[in-house]
Amino acid sequence: MNRPLRLLPLLAPLLLLAGCDGAGVQSVLDPAGPQADRIDIVWRLMLWVCGAFYLMVLGFLAVAVLRHRRRRRAEGEPPEPHPGREGGLRAALAGWVGLIALGLLTLIAASYVVDRRLAHASGKQGLNVQVTAHQWWWEVEYLDEDPSKRFKTANELRLPAGVPVRIELRSSDVIHSFWVPNLHGKLDLIPGRANEIHLIPERTGRFRGQCAEFCGLQHAHMAFDVTVEERGAFEAWRAHQVTTAAEPATELARKGREHFETSHCAMCHAIRGTKAAGSVAPDLTHLAGRATIAAGALPNTRGNLAAWIADPQGIKPGSRMPFIGLEPDELDALTAYLETLR
Amino acid sequence: MSVAAAHPLSHGGPEEPRRDGPDLPEAETHARLERTWGTAATFWGWLTTVDHKLVGRRYIVTGFAFFLLAGLMGLAMRLQLATPESGLISPDRYNQIFSMHGTTMMFLFAVPIGEAVAVYLIPLMVGTRNIAFPRLNAFSYWVYLSGGVMIHVAFVMDVGPETGWFSYVPLAGPEYSPGKRTDFWAQMITFTEVSALAVAVEIIATVFKMRAPGMSLNRMPLFVWAMLVTSFMVVFAMPAVMLASSFLISDRLVSTHFFNPAEGGDALLWQHLFWFFGHPEVYIIFIPALGMVSAITETFCRRPVFGYAAMVLALVTIGFLGFGLWVHHMFATGLPRLGHSFFTAASMLIAIPSGIQIFCWIATMFGGRPRFDTPLLFVAGFIVVFVLGGLTGVMLASVPLDLQLHDSYFVVAHLHYVLIGGAVFPLFGAFYFWFPKITGRMLDERLGRWNFWLLAVGFNVAFFPMHWLGLIGMPRRVYTYPEGLGWEVWNQVSTAGALMVAAGVALFLLNVALSLRAGRPAGPDPWGAPSLEWATASPPPSYNFAHIPVVASRTPLWDAPGGLPVMSGLKVDERELLLTTLHDARPDLREPSPEPSIWPLVAALAVTVLFVGSIFSAWAVVWGSVPVAAALVLWFWPKGGHRGNEVEQ
Amino acid sequence: MSRPTFAGDLSRLPDHAFGHRSLTWWGVMGFITVEAAGFALAAGAYFYLANQVPRWPPDHPPPDLLWSGLFTALLLLSEVPNVWLKKAAEGMDLRRTRLGLVAVVLAGAVLLGIRALEFTTLNVRWDENAYGSILWALLLLHTVHLLTDWVDTGVLAALMFTRHVNPRRFVDTSENALYWHFVVLTWLPVYAILYWAPRWM
Repeated sequence: MNRPLRLLPLLAPLLLLAGCDGAGVQSVLDPAGPQADRIDIVWRLMLWVCGAFYLMVLGFLAVAVLRHRRRRRAEGEPPEPHPGREGGLRAALAGWVGLIALGLLTLIAASYVVDRRLAHASGKQGLNVQVTAHQWWWEVEYLDEDPSKRFKTANELRLPAGVPVRIELRSSDVIHSFWVPNLHGKLDLIPGRANEIHLIPERTGRFRGQCAEFCGLQHAHMAFDVTVEERGAFEAWRAHQVTTAAEPATELARKGREHFETSHCAMCHAIRGTKAAGSVAPDLTHLAGRATIAAGALPNTRGNLAAWIADPQGIKPGSRMPFIGLEPDELDALTAYLETLR
Repeated sequence: MSVAAAHPLSHGGPEEPRRDGPDLPEAETHARLERTWGTAATFWGWLTTVDHKLVGRRYIVTGFAFFLLAGLMGLAMRLQLATPESGLISPDRYNQIFSMHGTTMMFLFAVPIGEAVAVYLIPLMVGTRNIAFPRLNAFSYWVYLSGGVMIHVAFVMDVGPETGWFSYVPLAGPEYSPGKRTDFWAQMITFTEVSALAVAVEIIATVFKMRAPGMSLNRMPLFVWAMLVTSFMVVFAMPAVMLASSFLISDRLVSTHFFNPAEGGDALLWQHLFWFFGHPEVYIIFIPALGMVSAITETFCRRPVFGYAAMVLALVTIGFLGFGLWVHHMFATGLPRLGHSFFTAASMLIAIPSGIQIFCWIATMFGGRPRFDTPLLFVAGFIVVFVLGGLTGVMLASVPLDLQLHDSYFVVAHLHYVLIGGAVFPLFGAFYFWFPKITGRMLDERLGRWNFWLLAVGFNVAFFPMHWLGLIGMPRRVYTYPEGLGWEVWNQVSTAGALMVAAGVALFLLNVALSLRAGRPAGPDPWGAPSLEWATASPPPSYNFAHIPVVASRTPLWDAPGGLPVMSGLKVDERELLLTTLHDARPDLREPSPEPSIWPLVAALAVTVLFVGSIFSAWAVVWGSVPVAAALVLWFWPKGGHRGNEVEQ
Repeated sequence: MSRPTFAGDLSRLPDHAFGHRSLTWWGVMGFITVEAAGFALAAGAYFYLANQVPRWPPDHPPPDLLWSGLFTALLLLSEVPNVWLKKAAEGMDLRRTRLGLVAVVLAGAVLLGIRALEFTTLNVRWDENAYGSILWALLLLHTVHLLTDWVDTGVLAALMFTRHVNPRRFVDTSENALYWHFVVLTWLPVYAILYWAPRWM
């Protein structure tokens, strides 16, 4: 009657899947480093093993259902178990349990092995970064033994390809989660605790990370840019990040800086080399070099920057940046200045 | 047991109570029992009833109403997420909606509905007249209703909880969740847990002490076993969430520091306590459904379920194992690696008892003569959907893979496959199966098939794409998402599926409405089922059975086609039922059963005042206890002195 | 309607029994199990929190031993009238049951008074730190059980002086004595945890 229809829910998703390959800047299926790669292996193994078991169950169900279609439906006959078949089914049950146990042991072993491999990265020396999560932005500090080489940035992570990086994870308020699926699984940032994630990015490119633990109103808009580049390019970037803010070249930009230093902005934000030294909001010293603003909410363009400063609550309601109410010329000057902060 | 002879007491003089038996005509037995056990058809009667069937029905209806409310919230979420940066719903409102969706589904629908069906069916299935502690049963319904109403009133007034159904601290703590929103959530937990614990104790006592003579433990229907295991799980798991929610209210109201890291508390303590409850909770939701699947499968395959002993062992194993898995919800918190492997193994191993059960049900179909009426269709749907969800659960049990998939839409897919496949599909099957027993009318078969297919196809269209969305990076609990990551089309497909599911549910409501009015009348046993609830009229009389039946097998109605033997000797003019021994169900005591009473409702109101008051002031715990104590004393204060033997002074 | 086959007669069965044959015993045991689970989890939380900090108690002296010691001694002593009461109830001896109930009520009142004093010598407030919070929580949890059982016993005592005396009241009394056992038994580990663990850890 409708037996063939029963197969539809199965096939349809498979057909849809056939057209997808999972490549993307925020994808588990597009590993750019050995950690994500090893996890991808577990995923594929799981898919095959679990898929096989699923097909077995569906097959058994189909056989059980179809074998009775040929018989006429006998209403009202007294029910009767068929004891002859019981022995065979009992043996099959024992075999089924054995098969499940075997399958599970395989998966447990694979999981354990990969878990151990993931721990290997923690032994290696390389880059040290500290990420502190806030509602709803990421404070990023590149650490170094030499204090003059340390610097802060926000909502972005640049990493050299092939170099192990240790990222210390802290939270200043609630629980957040650090997730860059192309590079590794996630790890929580928990107030009162320090967690550590170790990874070794390999493929260069631009990726996206996002907070993966519900952290309040704007959890949906708490992302960050991850750029993996050649070592040379990374060192150049790092050397530049340590420097203080560029001197404004135009009168408008100078006015913008003055406004920044003397108004609300400096209460929260810092721009090294100026009088602004706030510490509760993103460090803006090299803002113009970032791909996005407001924790990945908008691409970093002049128009978006202006829109954000003019009305942060309109774009990201509930975010900690208040609505200030600037005059158009003040906004113009500020934006001009911030654009010079490469 | 003596063979009945002409019993002097059943002649019924003024001193001797009348009893059922060979000397009292059947018609008079029924009439007297109805007078003794019946509930008056008045408002007062409705408020004071202690009939498990009436309480069970209102529990089922209320639970289903919460399902519809939570479903509408889910639909709102899908409409918002159909397009990126949709702007349909504000972030605050969306966060309230998704929190209410989860909270209502888990606490106000999924657990209570399994208990509700059990409250209705268990006394009938074990062959007795009422549930144990019938006034407590009535009380537990009113308390449940109060909690559910309270939180929905809060939601309507825009002070609904907005930190998720799991309410992690510090987000849900006093600093980051000001106001009373989370307090309403935490106190709703108290209401529902008190209610669930009460019902669990009632079920355990009923199953252990009130089974029909001859229904030894190994002759109990699998649904009864399932509810027994569930009830024990409730008893051990719910205190954890009550403790957690009390600590949370206390942190918020009187400045304790259980979860405040600055003063020695720990944010993860919440997670441990919550998930110690939370994981067994999903089995508490799932195991009653397994019982329903067994009942439906054996009836519609016209043979007892294959492997009874294995099935019982599987249920008990799941009950125990379920307590050893909770840390798999916390793999991403950075716990020591040593724990990982244990919880991975335990979380995967639970697939073994589940696998056994799936095999046994399919084997029952294989070795029986299945009749694919709507209830069995839902069982087939359950197998197809739940097993997929169980397998994605095995995937999530692996720590490395979980670190990628945790808190992504992959988990949203997984949980809906196991909860909807594992609990809602069997529940719909159960509705179609037992609706004739409860109402005396059959649901329409044709509408039932449409209902099933819309749900089955719609569900997969709605939730299968979510596996993919999680794999391509979409996190959960987001009120919106950006363009350009490839998430748009799958979100749209998912929303379309949600609309199909809504249509399926609407069709179900239509079926119920039409069938209540004009459905085919059902006799006592329209399906030819084997268990005791089908041995009495549809709907059953207030006293369930005119005489306590005697059982000699696991499928009594199939093995006694000429009618079940019964016991005589219980009073017909006073409420009396039979207690039997724990293991073999030999008759042991005659137990008086409570009359209708207003005190359960009064006590529930007093408890409501106490709980709601304590959201606003700690002193409410003190002054609110007084009316509660008074109500409880009046509840237990005996009426009159005519019952039981007077003791010589 | 057709006549059923009668296979046996129940009229000679008793209508009350003590211990696990009684339905209310199962209710009381169910309740006890629920509460025991709660106590166990709260004790677990205590040790979990203790593990989070290097010193325990972090900044305070441990709670005083005077009132708690007195309480513990008296609580254990109260088992004497309690056990006596349980036996009297099971023998359905009305005079002794009345005496026993009154004795337990009096003992309970004294114990509650000492417990109130105990709260004043804990040396930490519930809102000072997590140690204070869990200490007060465990003590309050036990106190609530002590209080409810005391009220329960009081109500039963009152009932035993009315016309409502019948075998079921004796069953209720026997089960209430069981609950008193629970109150005493849970106190012992809670006492050890609250008063001695900080001195040993």
